[in-house]
Amino acid sequence: MSALVWLIPALPLAGFVALVVGGRRLGDPWAGWLATAAVGGSFLVVLGVFADLVGRGAEARSIHQELFTWIPAGSFQASMGLLADPLSITMCLFVTGVGSLIHLYAIGYMHGDEKFSKFFTYLNLFIFSMLMLVLGDNLLLTFLGWEGVGACSYFLISFWHTDPANASAGKKAFVTNRVGDWGFMVATFLVWTSVGSIGYLDIANAAHHGEIAAVTATAIAVLFFVAATGKSAQLPLFVWLPDAMAGPTPVSALIHAATMVTSGVYLLVRLNPILHAAGWANDLIAWVGVATALVAATVAVTQNDIKKVLAYSTVSQLGYLFLAVGTGNYVAAIFHMVTHAFFKALLFLGSGSVILGMAHEQDMRRYGNLRKYMPITAGTFIIGWLAIAGVPPFSGFWSKDEILAGAYAHNKVMLALGLITALLTAFYMSRQVFMTFFGPERWREADAVATGDGDHADAHDSAHDSAHDDHAHHLTPDHTPSESPWVMTLPLVVLGALAIVGGALNLPFTDSTKVLEHWLEPVVGVHELGVEGATLVALAAIAVVLGLVGIGLAGAVYLARRIPASTVERPEFGWGLWIDRGYAAFMGGPGRALFDAISRFDKAVIDGAVDGVANAVGAAGAVLRRTQTGRVRNSAIGLATGAVAVLVYFVVRMSF
Amino acid sequence: MFATLLQATGAGDKLVTPEVPWSHLAPQLILVVGATVGVIAAAALRGRLRRSVGAVGAAVVAGAAIVSIIPLWHRVSNPAQGPISAVNGAIGVDRFSLFVTALLCAAVILASFTAEAYLQREGLDGPEFSLLLLLAAAGGSVMAGANDLIVMFIGIEVLSLAVYVLAAMHARRISSQESGLKYFLLGGFASAFLLYGIALTYGATGTTSLLRVQSFLAERVLTDDGLLLGGLALMLVGFAFKVGAVPFHMWTPDVYQGAPSPVTGFMAAAVKTAAFAGMLRVFVVGFASYADLWRPVVGALAIASLVVGAVMSVVQTNVKRMLAYSSIAHAGFVLLGVDAASAEGTAASLFYLAAYTAMALGTFAVVTVVGGSGDGAHTLDAYRGLGRRRPGLALAMSLFLLAQAGTPVTIGFLAKLGVIRAAIDADQWALAIVAMLTAVISTFMYLRIVVAMYFAESESESDDRGELRIPWGVGVTIGVAVIATLVLGVVPGPLEHLSDDALPVLVAVDGR
Repeated sequence: MSALVWLIPALPLAGFVALVVGGRRLGDPWAGWLATAAVGGSFLVVLGVFADLVGRGAEARSIHQELFTWIPAGSFQASMGLLADPLSITMCLFVTGVGSLIHLYAIGYMHGDEKFSKFFTYLNLFIFSMLMLVLGDNLLLTFLGWEGVGACSYFLISFWHTDPANASAGKKAFVTNRVGDWGFMVATFLVWTSVGSIGYLDIANAAHHGEIAAVTATAIAVLFFVAATGKSAQLPLFVWLPDAMAGPTPVSALIHAATMVTSGVYLLVRLNPILHAAGWANDLIAWVGVATALVAATVAVTQNDIKKVLAYSTVSQLGYLFLAVGTGNYVAAIFHMVTHAFFKALLFLGSGSVILGMAHEQDMRRYGNLRKYMPITAGTFIIGWLAIAGVPPFSGFWSKDEILAGAYAHNKVMLALGLITALLTAFYMSRQVFMTFFGPERWREADAVATGDGDHADAHDSAHDSAHDDHAHHLTPDHTPSESPWVMTLPLVVLGALAIVGGALNLPFTDSTKVLEHWLEPVVGVHELGVEGATLVALAAIAVVLGLVGIGLAGAVYLARRIPASTVERPEFGWGLWIDRGYAAFMGGPGRALFDAISRFDKAVIDGAVDGVANAVGAAGAVLRRTQTGRVRNSAIGLATGAVAVLVYFVVRMSF
Repeated sequence: MFATLLQATGAGDKLVTPEVPWSHLAPQLILVVGATVGVIAAAALRGRLRRSVGAVGAAVVAGAAIVSIIPLWHRVSNPAQGPISAVNGAIGVDRFSLFVTALLCAAVILASFTAEAYLQREGLDGPEFSLLLLLAAAGGSVMAGANDLIVMFIGIEVLSLAVYVLAAMHARRISSQESGLKYFLLGGFASAFLLYGIALTYGATGTTSLLRVQSFLAERVLTDDGLLLGGLALMLVGFAFKVGAVPFHMWTPDVYQGAPSPVTGFMAAAVKTAAFAGMLRVFVVGFASYADLWRPVVGALAIASLVVGAVMSVVQTNVKRMLAYSSIAHAGFVLLGVDAASAEGTAASLFYLAAYTAMALGTFAVVTVVGGSGDGAHTLDAYRGLGRRRPGLALAMSLFLLAQAGTPVTIGFLAKLGVIRAAIDADQWALAIVAMLTAVISTFMYLRIVVAMYFAESESESDDRGELRIPWGVGVTIGVAVIATLVLGVVPGPLEHLSDDALPVLVAVDGR
C-alpha cells in the first residue's frame, strides 16, 4: 500500500481534470457523484496507507516517496516528494473523510444551481491542493498547496459573484491572506539559508542536532506564525473568515471550518522541531491564540446570522488550537483539530440544511421551533452543540479539556481566559440552538425582526450581515420548512456519530487509551502535560460546570425569557469588530491617501520607465522595419552583408 | 568519368563501394522508402484515394521510423557496443542523431494531422503534401547524423527542396507561391555559401570527413589557417540562414507569412531543429578545437537574433509575422546553447528544440484554424473575441503563447532556464542577461495576442464569420501539444534524461 501514496492526491486531481473536460456534459447531479467518488476513492487509499503504517513499528512509520526532482536550480533542489507519516496521514484521513461527506452533501445542496459542475470542479481542486499541502515533503510543495487552497477558497467565496458583496468578500480573503503568505515566503527563504534545504526531514534533522540558532529559529517560527494567522484567521488577520461565509454552505463547512483554516496549525505542528528552539515565539503563539479565542467568542454572542455565529465560533476554536501549539501541546492541537472538524462540519452542514429549509433566510431571529419540521437536522445539530459546548461524553469535551490542562501547566492567566471562552462558547451555541430549533415559530410573525428581541444589534452588524448565502429571500409567514433529502442528512448522521465518539481517539484515563498521542509520537515527540490525576479531574469538572452555566444562562434568556436578551447581547461584545472597522477606516482614510500616493509614483516613475522602454522598442522596431522591404534583392544584400561581416571578423582574428 | 576520376586520385582500378549496414539506417530508410512508395501510389491512384490517406500514411511511416529508433537507441546506449558510424564513416548513428530524428518524426506526425484539415478546407489535392514532410524529415535526419560535410550538404538540400515545394504548395494563393520562390532563391544563395565553406575547409584540411578534420586539427597547429577560417565563416553563414538567425533572417517573416500555416509550423519546428542539429554537429563537435574563434560570432548572432526578434515582433500586426519574429528570438535562445560549446549547452539546445517543436506546432495549428477558409485571417483583429467564440481554442493558444514566453509550469520555462544556465556556466553573463531582457519584451507581444483573444471586444464583422470549425486532425495536434507543453513542464525528467544523453560523438567504429 505504501507505494500508492501518490494516488491520494492523484485521484482528486484526476477528478478535477475530468470535470474540467467533461463536467458540463455530465451536469447535475452526475458531476457531483464523480467528484464525490474521486474523493471517496482517495479516502480508501488513505485508509490503506493508514493500515500499513499502523502495522509498522513506531520508528518505521514514515513513507517518503520522491516522485521526481522538480526544480533543480544550482544547489537549490526542490523535489516532488510525498511524506506520509502519522501526522500527514491523520490530516489526510479527516480531509478526505470529512471531504467526501461534504461532497455528498453538496450534491443535494447545490442541486439546481446553474454552475453545479463548476462548483465540484473547484471542490476537487481544493481537495487536491489540501492533500498536497499536508503530504508535501518540503516547504515549497506545502506552499504550492497553501496557495492552491487559497485560490480555491477565493473562487468559492465569490462563487455567486454576481452579488457584489460576495465578490468583495472574496477579495477581502485574498488581500488578507497575501499578508500571511509574505510571512510564509520569507520564512522559507530563512529556512533555506540556515538549513540548506527545505525538506521537512532535513529541517527536523538540523533542528535535532541544534544546527539552527535560537534567534533564527525564533524568527522562522514568528514568520510562519504570521502565515498561519492569515490562513487560520487569527488576530489580527481574522477579519476575512466571517465574510467568507458568503460562499455556499458546503464550502464554509469544508474549507472555512474543517480543513483549510487548520493548515496553519498543521504547518506549525509539522515544524515543531523549530518551535522547540524558538523561545518566546511559543508564548506569542499561545497568547495570540487565547486572545483570538476570547475575542471571537464574544463577537459570536452578538451575531444573528446563523452562519456568522459559526464563523466566529470557528475563529475562536482555532484560537484554542494555537493555544495548544504555543504551549507545546501538539497532540491536543491535532486532537481538537480532528474533533472540531467533525462537529464544526456537522454544525455548518446542519445550518445549510436549515437555510435550505427556510428558503435561504439566514437570520436566526426569524427561525424557531424547527425541530418539529426538521427532526434529523435538529437532532444532529444538537449533538454538535453538545460537543462544542464541552458536555461529556461528547468529543469536544475531551479535546478541549486537554488544551485547557496544557494551558494550566503553562500559565494560569491563559487557563482563565480559556475557561471564560468555554463559558461563552456554551452560551452562544445554546443561544443559536434555542433560537433556531426551539421557541415560537417567529417567521410567522409579520415583522419579526423589528419586534424581535435582538433589534439593538442591528446597528453594528447590519453592515456585516450583507454577505448572505444566497441573494434570494422569499421567506413568507406561511412557509412550511421541510427536511432535506437523504444525500444531505446522511452526512449529518455520520458526522453526528463521529462527533459523539470522536473523543475516544485520546482518552486520558490510562496510558493505553491515549491512542492519538502514541500514534503521533514519531512526529511530535513525547510531551508531558505536567498535570496529574486529581488536578485534571478538577479542571474537567470546572470546565463542565462552566459549560452548563453557559447553557443554563442561554436557556434563561432565550427559552424561559427570564432575562431580556438586550442585557446580554451588549454592543460592547462586538469589540472584535472594531478591528474590522479599523481596517475599513484605515483603507478609506490615510491608507487610501497612501495608496494614491504610491499609485501616482507608479504612474509617473514606474509606468514612465515601462512606457519609455515600450516606446523605445516601438521606435527601434519602426526603424528596423524599414530594412524589411520584402524584396528578395534586399534580403540577398542583407545576407551578403552579414556574410561579409562574419568573414571580416575571422580575417581580423586570423591576423592577430 | 568515374574511371578518370579514379585514375586521377590513384585509387586503383577497382571501385571499392562501402558496405551499407541497412539495419542501422532503418529510420532514414523507412522515411525515404515510405515517401517514395507514397509518391508512386499517389500518382498511380490519383483521385481514387481519400484525402486523409496521405496524412494518416505519413503519420504511420513517421511512427514506424520512431519505433525503429527504439532498438537502435538501446544498442548505442549499451556501453559494450556504443555509437556507430555507417557507410564508411559518413553517417553517424548516435543518440544525438536518433533523438533529433525522433523529434523530426514527431513533428511530421503532428504537422500532417494539421495539414490534413488544412487541405480539406482549402480543397487542395494532396498526398504529396504529407509525403514531402516525410522527405524533409529524412533530409533532416541525415543532417543530424552526418559525419561528413558533403553528406551534411546532401541532407540540407533534401530537406530544403522539400520545404521549398511545401511553402509554395497552395498554388492558388499568390502569397504562397511568392513565399516558396523567395525561400528557394535565398535558400539557394545560402546553400552556395555553405558549399563554398565546405570547399574551403576541404582545401585547408584535405578531407570533408568531420572525423578526419577533427584529428587533422588535433595533430598539427596550422601556421596559416586563413583558408580554414574562411571555410568556417561561410559554413556558419549557411547554417545561420537555415536557423533564421539575425542578420540572415530576412526571409523568415515573408516566408512564414506566405507559406500555408501548417507548413509554417513545420518550418519553425522541424527545419530549425534539423539546422541546429547540423550546426551542433559541425561546430560544437567537429570544430571543437576552434571554439574560441567561432564562439564570439555565434554569441553575436544570438544577441542580434534575440534583440531583433523580440523588438520586431512587438511592432507587427500580423500574427504569423509576430510568430515569425518570435521564432527568430527562439533561435537566439538555442544559439545560447550552441555558444556554450559544452555538453550541457548541447543538451539544453536539444531540450529547447524539443520544447519549441511542441509549442510551435500547437501554435500554428491554432493559427491554421483561425486563418479560416483561404488561410488569410491572420491579423490581430481575427483573434479578437476568440475567448468568447471558441473558449477551448483560445485557452490552448494562450497556453502555447505563455509557454513560449517562458511561464513557469510550462515546458517553455524549463527550456529557457536550461539554455540560460548553460550560458552562465560558460561564463557568458552578457548573453544570459540579454536573453532574459528580451524574453520580457517578447512576453509583451505574446500577451498582446492573449489580450486580443480575451479582453478586446470583437468587431461586428468578425462575428459574422460564423463558427470556426476545429477538424479532428487539428484537434489531435493541439491536444498532443497541450499535453506535451504542460506535462513536460511539470515532469521534465524523462525528456531531460533523453536530451542529456543525446550528445553527438564522432566515432570511426563501423558497427556491425
